[in-house]
Amino acid sequence: MTHHATLPRPGRGQWAAGDADGGGGVLPRLMPARAVPVELDEHLGRFGAPPYRGAPRRLIGDVEAAGLTGRGGAAFPTHRKLAAMAAGRGPAPVVIGNGAEGEPASSKDKSLLWFSPHLVLDGLQLAAEAVGSVTVALYIHRNPRLHARLAAAITERATAGLDAAGVELIEAPHRFLAGEESALASRASGGPALPRFKPPRASQRGVAGRRTLVQNVETLAHLALIARYGPGWFRSAGTADEPGSMLATLHQADGRTGVVETMPGTPIADLLRLPAQAVLVGGYHGTWLPGAQAERLPLANAALRPLGAAVGAGVLAALPGDRCGLAETARVVRYLALESAGQCGPCFNGLPRMAGALAELAGPRPSPQAYADLQRWSGLVAGRGACHHPDGTARLVGSTLRVFAAEIDHHAHGHCTGTSGRPFLPLRADPPLDDADWT
Amino acid sequence: MSKQLRVNPIGCAGHGLCAELLPELITLDEWGYPLLPAGPVPRGLERQARRAVTDCPALALVLADAS
Repeated sequence: MTHHATLPRPGRGQWAAGDADGGGGVLPRLMPARAVPVELDEHLGRFGAPPYRGAPRRLIGDVEAAGLTGRGGAAFPTHRKLAAMAAGRGPAPVVIGNGAEGEPASSKDKSLLWFSPHLVLDGLQLAAEAVGSVTVALYIHRNPRLHARLAAAITERATAGLDAAGVELIEAPHRFLAGEESALASRASGGPALPRFKPPRASQRGVAGRRTLVQNVETLAHLALIARYGPGWFRSAGTADEPGSMLATLHQADGRTGVVETMPGTPIADLLRLPAQAVLVGGYHGTWLPGAQAERLPLANAALRPLGAAVGAGVLAALPGDRCGLAETARVVRYLALESAGQCGPCFNGLPRMAGALAELAGPRPSPQAYADLQRWSGLVAGRGACHHPDGTARLVGSTLRVFAAEIDHHAHGHCTGTSGRPFLPLRADPPLDDADWT
Repeated sequence: MSKQLRVNPIGCAGHGLCAELLPELITLDEWGYPLLPAGPVPRGLERQARRAVTDCPALALVLADAS
């Protein structure tokens, strides 16, 4: 079983990790057992210094055997990115740990950086060695307290001689898309954190024109443990197809939220206190599932993908019975429209219109045209941006129309089953409306 | 190697010239942005496709190797 607690505000609150031993490795792996940030001496006492391999590429075989996949949402095999980067020609690549978690419903990367910064920093060094890089940075959202903690950790490690490469801290604006890989590369090159047209990808021409490896910070922390304990140990948690542990951000129907370390394959019903009206899987670019369906599913891509859903970055939200799913999603889609970078015609035209149509469906007696418009626009924007923002938004809207079909019917007849208008899904308190705020 | 039309959606300003030059393949959405065929450009239309690419006022249309 898995315990969870209120999400820690950095510096106080408590971290409560799952203490499950689901037939495999003991959790937590990444997070401290107690809700106290791990300082360097404690980290070294438990894990020792980063186990450098002495030359590039040597770690990649272990990462491949471990089956580590990217924990930023795309679940791409990590060894393939490492191998391609190590094999590339030209100047040595740049390696960036991506801790810019723009999704308001996700807190796992911030929590990891706060509680276990040294595992992430170990992973960053080991990934850099694996691809032959000495130019390394950590990319995080602007946050003075987290920045100060990480800067101190980096200085302490440099003094102790632990890091082969100096680590630069790069700050991202509080925008949903700031962690998108091409936006990261642009920001790390001194420009705005705006997505770019591909090709070239960051791996081909990224920071300052150099080949750039971008890995999510949780992925790096796993890599740091694989380097120590090996692929067999890593695979002793999770499933054969989706091995290891994973961090997830949970939003309970009673309003409590928390980050847990769990394993792919864990029943969603073990993570969320159910029943719930519906469960949002994968965050705001994710998918609503009916509560009764989610109750029977594990948190694993093998089970979710056939349903058009995915684990993504591990966000799960249980919608309470007293809320209107249409009203909740309309707020989120309005936020997503405001978070469009405003660069691509289909996105900056389509998303605000989709938000408007969904807001109409969320109100009493919407015009029948609103539903037809929403369906048409969802099809029209998908796949037509420089990044996946329109695709993800269309996915969320599509699942809303399916899962809340009965509610749409109620609204057509002038009533709403929601009895509480209090917002449930978290949005940034002050969505930046200043278009210039991209740096 | 067959070719496929792609648009850089950041560069595209919705002039719509591509749809005028290549109506067989390109239509415009309700906001004036091009909708491109998913498949490769048929051999017989490659010349017109190249013309649409070179004449795009935003240089946003590209003819890439079909994936």
